[in-house]
Amino acid sequence: MEAMLSVLVGILSAAAVYLMLAPNLLRFLFGLILISNAVNLAIFASGRLTEAAAPIIPEGAEVPISNVANALPQALVLTAIVISFGLFAFALVLIFRAYEKLGTLDLNEMRAAKHEEHSQ
Amino acid sequence: MANNPQDIDTGSWLRPAGILPPLLAGALFVWFATMIPPIAALDTLRFVWNWVPSLGINLSFFIDGLSLTFSLLISGIGILVFLYASKYMQGHVHFARFMLFIVLFMLSMLGLVLADNLLTLFVFWELTTITSYLLIGFEHTISKARRNALQALLVTGTGGLALLAGFILIGTVAETFELSEIRAQGSVLIDSTLYLPILILFLAGTFTKSAQFPMHFWLPNAMAAPTPVSAYLHSATMVKAGIYLMARMHPSLGGTEVWLWTLTVFGAVTAVFASVLALKQTDLKQALAYTTLMALGTLTLFLAGDVSYAITAAMTFLLVHCFYKAALFLVVGIIDHETGTRDIHMLGGLARAMPVTCLAAGLAALSMAGFPPFLGFIGKELKYAGALAMQSEPYLVAGAVLVSNALMFAVAGIVSFSPFWRRHLAEGLTAHEAPWQMLAGPLILAACGAVFGIYPSLAAEILVNPGVVAIAGSDVKTHELKLWEGINPPLILSLATFVLGVLIYNFHRRLREWITGVAQHLISFDRGWDQVLEGLKGFAIWQTQIVQSGYLRRYLFLIFFTLSIGLAGMIWWRGPILPTLEWPMLLVKHWVVIVLIVAGSMLTLTTSSRVAAIAGLGAAGIGVALIFIIFGAPDVAITQLLVDTLVVVLFASAALKLPFLEPTGRKLRRPLDAILALSVGTIISLIMLIVTDGPVDRSLTTYFEEASWTEAFGRNIVNVILVDFRALDTFGEIAVVVIAALGAYAILKGRQTA
Repeated sequence: MEAMLSVLVGILSAAAVYLMLAPNLLRFLFGLILISNAVNLAIFASGRLTEAAAPIIPEGAEVPISNVANALPQALVLTAIVISFGLFAFALVLIFRAYEKLGTLDLNEMRAAKHEEHSQ
Repeated sequence: MANNPQDIDTGSWLRPAGILPPLLAGALFVWFATMIPPIAALDTLRFVWNWVPSLGINLSFFIDGLSLTFSLLISGIGILVFLYASKYMQGHVHFARFMLFIVLFMLSMLGLVLADNLLTLFVFWELTTITSYLLIGFEHTISKARRNALQALLVTGTGGLALLAGFILIGTVAETFELSEIRAQGSVLIDSTLYLPILILFLAGTFTKSAQFPMHFWLPNAMAAPTPVSAYLHSATMVKAGIYLMARMHPSLGGTEVWLWTLTVFGAVTAVFASVLALKQTDLKQALAYTTLMALGTLTLFLAGDVSYAITAAMTFLLVHCFYKAALFLVVGIIDHETGTRDIHMLGGLARAMPVTCLAAGLAALSMAGFPPFLGFIGKELKYAGALAMQSEPYLVAGAVLVSNALMFAVAGIVSFSPFWRRHLAEGLTAHEAPWQMLAGPLILAACGAVFGIYPSLAAEILVNPGVVAIAGSDVKTHELKLWEGINPPLILSLATFVLGVLIYNFHRRLREWITGVAQHLISFDRGWDQVLEGLKGFAIWQTQIVQSGYLRRYLFLIFFTLSIGLAGMIWWRGPILPTLEWPMLLVKHWVVIVLIVAGSMLTLTTSSRVAAIAGLGAAGIGVALIFIIFGAPDVAITQLLVDTLVVVLFASAALKLPFLEPTGRKLRRPLDAILALSVGTIISLIMLIVTDGPVDRSLTTYFEEASWTEAFGRNIVNVILVDFRALDTFGEIAVVVIAALGAYAILKGRQTA
């Protein structure tokens, strides 16, 4: 399954990169979300996959009794999800404001508008 | 002169800023003087404070013959220069600032010569660079002063960087940064395979600091500084730092063919080149500046060898030069101060108006020209003896020394004979004697040249021999300094110097015209430096225009391009390790998830509908959450679902106010982007395959599994990692989210008020 996930991460990354290179900032934002997902999956997969056994110590035991999933990448991914959400939310607000101010989401037009502002 | 202090002569020199610096220097001088008896008995002292012990950096100071000689010169000449400056700079608006800078400069210089740790030494080395920058550019309203200060800073600073690299190499070879320990290791640096790189870096540092050709040009330009600074900079400090360091490292780096020839060639070229140019100058200060270059070249030349004669010559000439150069600079400062000009064409007949200055100038010049019974004569004899004993090319070295000495003789005449005894002062100029504070320095320094010349054993015991022993080792025979050694080759060369010197002096006007004519056709290193700087700026502008387009897409393109090239290069470099692809046994639930994610992202990729794009994102997010559920990560899955929902809600509410997406169209409109995206995806897939194909290190996970309940009393291992083992990280994460929220709030708030 790791091999399958590797291919999946590749597809997600390719889609994300293409979207991030788009001139429209909304598409850039789509790409940002997709690439966060890709990275989270990559971290998760690199800790190897174990089906259906959450890393939880049962009552009465001191260590997990069966073969459980790798806890470390899970903890890292948890942090990463929250952080990437913070990044997304901030970027969304920023883009929203930029649109209100400049009236466009197209990067090329935005730059032209900024130059006009400077020259005035 | 903008710093003509008598125009704004207010306030007494008897102010804290005026009298504290000489007192401080005096106290230091006395303290160092108490160390003369043990050091003269070839003892050494060492003081150590730990600074950064983990990096082997100690504030360690070492006093032996060499560092004590330098310390005495720095603090002793410091007293006289500070006293002089307290009158010379009196009434200047930034008088106190000036005194502070020059005291800091002295302290950095003392730290430099006393440091026993290479890195401590480097810190002080850079401090002298910085403080000298402040001093050279002290008249900051004059653009020339600023430019020259910057030039000195950049030239010596660049050398300093090379020096630091050299020091680090020395540290790795010797496994210590303590100079005394490195010296005790004998020839470990010379035998090392890194010897040549070390030597090149080391000499790059010392040659720039000590203004060896072709990095000499900053020193004459440093004349933009007020005269007391020039006197100090040129005699005991700054430029002598490079000389000191070469002498200091002589036992550890010297004695090889490379050392011998490099120092000989650079020293000889600098000495001859500088003394010829000295003749060309018509500004007294500039003429003296070039003689400093000549002295530095000569000192480098003699540090090349390891015969005791050469080292003795270097140490003695160091003393000679300190005394006469400081004295003459101070005299020139007096002339400038009292008459208002330094142009030799305008000066004459000053002997009557300024008898004491004239006396000091005369004594110093006689020592400089090398007349007996001055110390300069002994220095000159030793130079010839040392030159003839050199292992390289004794006749070539002696020839270079002869030429530069003869030119020195002539310059001594030009600087201290012509202004006082020849013709008359130019019209409109008046001269009067300087106050005692300004006369004390030149007189005492010039007198030192005479006293040590008449009692050479005094200089030998206190200043020269301990230094020679420190450089060449205690088993060498130190040479007695004598005025009369009998009729020998050095004496004959001395006589030749006088004859040649008198000839040059008599024809110096014609020679000057000729040199000026020739020099116009030669390349100017000073202008060359400006061109280098201009070129650097031009390059910076050019490459900024290329790299910094200002378009987000181009930056991203470059970043992803670099990433893919780098990763591809790494895969290629690792060799073609193709992972063993076992097609996994996929269940229906797996297929559902995969199809969900791929379909979701493809929808987002291709649609021009905002709602469809957001729906696609949501679907892909849910797919990722399902993967987490399937592979034993319920906590992560819950978070992912929550965040995914929030993303969709936020997007949906914001997108309603944002414009429609322009249709992507059927035709691929960005083929280059598509190629890059595909290659990034492919490479990431490959890397993932290689990574997951190898063995996994679960030692950390095992630790967390074992410690989760026994130490942290939590059964959910992921939670325990987050809130206990990596609690600070989680705290930082919360802080990031809060800051993002605050930022978002501020941006939206600003919209309403704007």
